[in-house]
Amino acid sequence: MKLTLDHLTKTFPNHNKKLPPVVAVNDFCFEIPDGELIGLLGPSGCGKSTTLNLICGLLAPTSGRIFFGEDDVTDLPPENRGVGLVFQNYALYPHLTVRQNILFPLENLKGKEKLTKAQMNEKAEAIARLVQIDGLMDRKPSALSGGQQQRVAIARALVKMPRVLLLDEPLSNLDARLRLQTREEIRRIQRETGITTVFVTHDQDEAMSISDRIVVMKDGVVQQIGKPQEVYDDPVNLFVAQFLGTPPIHVFHGEVQGERLLIGGAEVLPVPGAPDGKVTVGVRPEGFLPAADGALACRLSRVEVMGRDVSIVCSHPDCENDAIRAIVSSNLTLDTAAAEVRFALRPKKVHLFDPASGARIPFAD
Amino acid sequence: MEQKSFKAWLYLLPAILFLGVFLVYPLVDVLIYSFEEGYHSASQTYFGVGGYNYAYVLHDPYFLQAVKNTFILVIITVPVSTGLALLLSVGLSSIKPLRNLYQTVYFLPYVTNTLAVGLVFMILFKPTPYSDGLVNLLIQWFGGESVDFIEGPYWAKMFVLCLYTVWVVMPFKVLILTSALASVNPDYSAAARIDGTSRARIFRKITLPMISPMLFYLIITGFIGAFKAYSDAVALFGTNLNAAEMNTIVGYIYDMLYGAGGGYPSYAAAAAIILFAIVLTITCINLLISRKSVHRG
Repeated sequence: MKLTLDHLTKTFPNHNKKLPPVVAVNDFCFEIPDGELIGLLGPSGCGKSTTLNLICGLLAPTSGRIFFGEDDVTDLPPENRGVGLVFQNYALYPHLTVRQNILFPLENLKGKEKLTKAQMNEKAEAIARLVQIDGLMDRKPSALSGGQQQRVAIARALVKMPRVLLLDEPLSNLDARLRLQTREEIRRIQRETGITTVFVTHDQDEAMSISDRIVVMKDGVVQQIGKPQEVYDDPVNLFVAQFLGTPPIHVFHGEVQGERLLIGGAEVLPVPGAPDGKVTVGVRPEGFLPAADGALACRLSRVEVMGRDVSIVCSHPDCENDAIRAIVSSNLTLDTAAAEVRFALRPKKVHLFDPASGARIPFAD
Repeated sequence: MEQKSFKAWLYLLPAILFLGVFLVYPLVDVLIYSFEEGYHSASQTYFGVGGYNYAYVLHDPYFLQAVKNTFILVIITVPVSTGLALLLSVGLSSIKPLRNLYQTVYFLPYVTNTLAVGLVFMILFKPTPYSDGLVNLLIQWFGGESVDFIEGPYWAKMFVLCLYTVWVVMPFKVLILTSALASVNPDYSAAARIDGTSRARIFRKITLPMISPMLFYLIITGFIGAFKAYSDAVALFGTNLNAAEMNTIVGYIYDMLYGAGGGYPSYAAAAAIILFAIVLTITCINLLISRKSVHRG
């Protein structure tokens, strides 16, 4: 089912009546292709949960339309939209067993869709097998681990075969190990059912790893939509560049003079096509190449060995970050006792931004 | 381990002391009185020991009347007040404007003196030389016959007593239930709505089970409270409840204890023990039912 958000806007009245209303979602336009897994990504308060609530119908948009396929569902109440929603806290009914929880949505079906007891049980069993909780059907939610509760919540959201599946911070209540496992699980279940899925997260790792496409939001405004790698490699502005990637991108104050990029007076990179003037320079941790004749001289603090690669922790007076973490291959031999380390920069890992607006300044690499 | 249990007993001591002196000792004492025939509190003497007090009380038409009244009161007011309180609480939690005003209005009877409320009911129901009372005026306005609610037929007096009781116990129940409803995570009903659940089914299958512990608490305390009814009847019908056929078990006990000529403490004790047995039985039944049907945790 294709999901279309057409100029979707949601404002909330301000507590202080004299102030203008708070715009939680501002003019959100996006067409989600059928069967894709979309990650809505942004910091707290960016409007991603509001967007989710608009899609499922718990909130009504101030303006704009929502389409499931060709159906305009904007004015439909949530129960008539055919959505499945997994809550952040799972919202499993604590007084019902796992089986009763999964059966609950099926028992609501009326008229033509009404199922017999046997059909309902069959569906519940099938979905329980899909999310691998078929051995836990007669337990109460309180007797399940966080990961199992999560699966039950997904099963309950999926059992009616919704047109759209929505997940609100699905992994935030799980521990780190379970989080990795569960996100693979969500990906697998989504692939197997082919249901268009939107999930909300503030964790860029999560969004990058399993989404077909990510939507980066800030202050209610969509910043960028695209495949995770594309957004990472080609951010439209400083916010997106800073939000994606661990360790985060390093931000330097620099200047462009005659198509050459200068940081701290040293010419570090040719930037053909970039106009002269002050710029904000973003350098990905993997964009630093240790080189004896490198132009960027940093004061070396320490070297952290992480097995697969090495993280060089250093600092530079023109860098906004307190510490620069350059991720380099562990094959490199490095004088760890030296006071200074010099880097050359990989052009593809360096982005220039307007210091005032944060907008990307393109250059030919 | 022993050290620990010693400490535990030490912490419990104040409560045990109070409960012992003011609850367990009187209970045992009443039980003893109830088997002492013709006990006289001034001379501290009695004739003998046996079940005579119980036989007397159980054959006393006033006592039987009081038992009948109390049971009618319990059977009518507990379900009606709990059901009505549930209805009001659901209403209160689903409206936004004026919620605080309504909550205050519904809570007012709780802080109002019983006898003051009785006075208001008098104005509503008691005929005076000048008028038949507000309710009778209404009945007449609709073309009905005037009824004497205070000194008239039994059913009319019972109706007023039940109404009064329901009105007095309602605020506490509304208070408990609105807070119970407020503590149910709204995510549950949101989840149910998204799954296409009707409002009625959400209430029946999700909200109700979640507030069931509080509901059962109210039913149990409601039963106990209604069995102990006395002041309500006095507020409406005066102190001579036997004459008004409106006595309750506690009223009977009180009359026996402080009746003419020093009263009959032995009969009062026997009646008290009978009341104790009734309340204990009903509460045990309640607890048994609740264990089966109440969701916990």
